[in-house]
Amino acid sequence: MAFTLYSLIQAAILCVNAVAVLHEERFLSKIGWGVDQSVGGFGDEPGIKVQLMNLVRSVRTVMRGGCPLHVYTNWLV
Amino acid sequence: MDLPHHGYRATKQRARAAPPTADSVLFEDTSSATPAMNSQGYYTPGYNMAGPPNDMQGGGGVNNLFTDPMANAAMMYGSSLANQGKDMVNKEISRFMSVNKLKYFFAVDTRYVLKKLMILMFPYTHQDWEVRYHRDTPLTPRQDVNAPDLYIPTMAFITYILLAGMALGIQKRFSPEVLGLCASTALVWIIIEVLVMLLSLYLLTVHSDLSTFDLIAYSGYKYVGMIFTVLCGLLFGSDGYYVALAWSSCALMFFIVRSLKMKILPSLSSDSMGTGSSAKPQLRLYITVATAVFQPIIIYWLTSHLVR
Repeated sequence: MAFTLYSLIQAAILCVNAVAVLHEERFLSKIGWGVDQSVGGFGDEPGIKVQLMNLVRSVRTVMRGGCPLHVYTNWLV
Repeated sequence: MDLPHHGYRATKQRARAAPPTADSVLFEDTSSATPAMNSQGYYTPGYNMAGPPNDMQGGGGVNNLFTDPMANAAMMYGSSLANQGKDMVNKEISRFMSVNKLKYFFAVDTRYVLKKLMILMFPYTHQDWEVRYHRDTPLTPRQDVNAPDLYIPTMAFITYILLAGMALGIQKRFSPEVLGLCASTALVWIIIEVLVMLLSLYLLTVHSDLSTFDLIAYSGYKYVGMIFTVLCGLLFGSDGYYVALAWSSCALMFFIVRSLKMKILPSLSSDSMGTGSSAKPQLRLYITVATAVFQPIIIYWLTSHLVR
């Protein structure tokens, strides 16, 4: 499997696009992955699911703030 | 101009206006007996030679170029331009990564490299795997053989690419594009592995002091095993290849598990904090074992097409 750097960039863009496409209200809350459902543990062990949800939300926030992709995500929101 | 006594390395030709004292710990030259005094301050000879020829105008100077004041001025202007360019480049680079942290990984000497290579190939007799600290900062690789470094992975990576080119040339399958393809494939696999490790360490909230450069270092140590495997495959044929593959896989797995165990699984060695759920130590163990198992797979994947 001969990887090039370009295929890595392609894979990264597709992953970021996948994170952008998962809409907060329409989809993630339905399957129990919404951010309002993550205020569980107050201790120091948040758990994998909470970490993943935080990661998804922070990636989406960074994308809304900075790069030209924010036009696309605003259309989804 | 205040020049420090202990020399910088001969390859480090960067003059500093005010050398910070922390750097002297990193770059004390331990492998050679004589300090390299003439390698300090690459730009100082220009300034020193500008002084005396101004006194003897057109006299029997050692270098006729510097008796000419115009050439003098031009050279000083050029060196100040070069200084400005260097400062700008440093500023831009230090926005992305901390250059001091990177320098810690290259502070190696010959003794460390030899011992580390032996540990990588035969880790079963090494007793103490703990990375030693000195007042909260980890010791440099010169003083602690367990510290990760980036010199060995970088050199091993480049050697692996050259060896791959040579192996393909022996089989008459060489072309310059293949070299670039091999290099980028290996680089992409390193990036993927480091990203997966970072992601899994983040998801499991492992509060270790493993930085990105540490992970790059530990990922890059497999290239030493790869070089050994390819060499044995070239010298001794297919049987030698599989024997060397088995040997370096076992050695690397042992090395990775023992090294990462100290950093990722601290709660297993000391008494537990009490709030750790029962799933956590298992998951951390899985990460360590998965990293170790990934190494022979990658070694086989990246070298099998070279030894046919």
